[in-house]
Amino acid sequence: MSLKLKALTKSIWVFHMAASPCNNCDIEILDLLTPKWDVERFGIQLVGSIRHADAVLVTGSMNRKVRERLKRVLAQAPQPCFVIALGNCSCSMEMFGKSYNQMMCLDEVAEVDAYIAGCPPKPEAMIQGIVALIQAKLAALKK
Amino acid sequence: MADEVITNIKNKFGDAILEVFEKTPRRTYITVNPDTLPDVAEYLYKDLGARFQIASGTHLVDCFEILYHFALDKSDRIVNLRVKLDLEKPSIESCAIRVPATEWIEREMHELLGIEFRNHPDMRHLLLTDDWPEGNYPLRRDWKDWRGGENGNEG
Amino acid sequence: MATKAKTQIIPVGPYHPLQEEPEFFKLHVVGEKVVKLDIEIGYNHRGIEKLAEDLTYDQVPFLVERICGICSTSHPFACVNAIEDVGGHEVPERAKYIRTFVGELERIHSHLLWLGLAGHFLGYNTVWMWAWKYREPVLDLFELITGNRNHYAMFRPGGVRRDIADEDIPTGIRMLDGLLKPLILFRDVALHDPVLQARTKDVGVLTYDDCVELGALGPTSRASGVPWDVRRDHPYAAYDKVDWDVVVTHNGDVFDKVVVRVLEMVECVKICKQCLEKLREVRDGIDANIKEIPPGEGCGHHEAPRGEVFHFCKSDGTNKPVRYKVRAPSFMNVPTNNRACVGYTVSDATITLAAIDPCYCCTERSIVVDAENGNKIMGWKELLTLSQQKTRKLMDKYTSRMDRIWT
Repeated sequence: MSLKLKALTKSIWVFHMAASPCNNCDIEILDLLTPKWDVERFGIQLVGSIRHADAVLVTGSMNRKVRERLKRVLAQAPQPCFVIALGNCSCSMEMFGKSYNQMMCLDEVAEVDAYIAGCPPKPEAMIQGIVALIQAKLAALKK
Repeated sequence: MADEVITNIKNKFGDAILEVFEKTPRRTYITVNPDTLPDVAEYLYKDLGARFQIASGTHLVDCFEILYHFALDKSDRIVNLRVKLDLEKPSIESCAIRVPATEWIEREMHELLGIEFRNHPDMRHLLLTDDWPEGNYPLRRDWKDWRGGENGNEG
Repeated sequence: MATKAKTQIIPVGPYHPLQEEPEFFKLHVVGEKVVKLDIEIGYNHRGIEKLAEDLTYDQVPFLVERICGICSTSHPFACVNAIEDVGGHEVPERAKYIRTFVGELERIHSHLLWLGLAGHFLGYNTVWMWAWKYREPVLDLFELITGNRNHYAMFRPGGVRRDIADEDIPTGIRMLDGLLKPLILFRDVALHDPVLQARTKDVGVLTYDDCVELGALGPTSRASGVPWDVRRDHPYAAYDKVDWDVVVTHNGDVFDKVVVRVLEMVECVKICKQCLEKLREVRDGIDANIKEIPPGEGCGHHEAPRGEVFHFCKSDGTNKPVRYKVRAPSFMNVPTNNRACVGYTVSDATITLAAIDPCYCCTERSIVVDAENGNKIMGWKELLTLSQQKTRKLMDKYTSRMDRIWT
């Protein structure tokens, strides 16, 4: 288990799951791949299927229609897989919590490993969040 | 030129036009008899070349009100057709065949407000899930949250 | 004797994770041709209209800003237009110029974003990287002026929340001048590249009549010869005080939609520079200080990058709206896919669906099914790969300038 976890800390493959977002966080995630930040040089890339992913970035406040599918998708993720709540909407439903089409917060559906707040979080904040997550997991490994 | 539009509508539809309120030269609100609404809407779309923007349904204290917003781009004017529907059983003839752009918004008004659009070609859920309870209309003033639990997380 | 059409089953690779449920776009195919399109929406429905009834007029622009992140200024723009229309409130000149400036800058960033995604769908990942690289200075300018790269919170009923300082104006003009060269490069290459033309000409054609019937908006309709542009037809803010042109083409195919958006970006730079120059002279304040909204109704609209955004507000004299209606342009544009995709090949589906510039999120949810038995043939990833492979084949056939310049 510890070897797998250690391997995770290099070249993280990320799956992006959009659960009723406004798309701003999604665009900022794609910005990470573009020349200004270019996270691909660290081996981090977006993958098309959760079965290949080491981490899942969930954006959006997760409305009724998306909740069941989100649960199913997360169940397909091969362990260990980090779940990262990106943006205020997935951290806390932001201002949509009281809506008739809203269900619950992401951390009531899945165990969230990292919260990256912001509306949208700046790309630097996202990188810092992922680095902090890796460092925390590495520190936990060493214990 | 814009006043010609109002005069033409009044001449063509006579008594079906219940009230005309010209708020500003750019905004006109015309209250229409619900039975004649599809004809007036078609006249605006086909004969006057107006562009259908959207329709807003509201649940008021004494009636259901729908405003059909049409833009007259050539004369910088928005003409709003207002109909008032019965509170107990709001029902109106659908415009979807005659003004194709109204098809989706009528589906939305039906599922969120419970207004019946007679003879609509494809009335099914647009936004809400299919397991949303029948008869539960979120945009109504007296909507009861059926979902239970905190934040409705048991629904 | 009737022969049954032979349907090809394309082996499905890694399943798209959201496969089990009905998707946003379900393309029914016979062989390679799309014969029917099912559209299902609601994945982003958050009940914003109902939420707005519980917020004060000052809070509503913050809520509507988060309807869409890409055109995050368009909704507040229409929102403040609607709220001001209720009482007929006028806004100071300086605020009008600032509003116009922010709105047009957003159009540049949105169109560059779309250009990048269109390049990605066609298989030109370098176009994606370059278009988004040139987006960064625009976002930096936004951050300088408003404090955030997206979700600027600049609008309030009666004016704008923040002023543009005089010392920021030269920075803005310098950035806009620097942007003109890449935009002209994009324009020239897009207009003349043989592979791009082979992929996008006569693909996904929407006729003039289709657009008028369905009320299609924005570049989607302007590419088909329908010259609807709210900025010119129903002037608001400072659009009637600056010099600019509406871009209209007539073929209605995907190529025309590319051309309209690229040319519009050049117009945006023109408008932005004029606004910045005017801001050096016009100094009558940025806020009308509206104290209350009287009972009544107001309609407000704005020409967002995707088309007309329309908001309607009904007030009863209290500080919260009785009814707040929002209509995004994609609501009118998405149904046009029924006409644009049907009859064309499945490898063209990605670029056709993307050509109306819907939410990036929504196009991710597309699947292809066999028209005869409804079985799923491929998911989004395969659809995208098919589109990119088609471009590769064409690149062997033609010499693409894009290859030499971009890669």
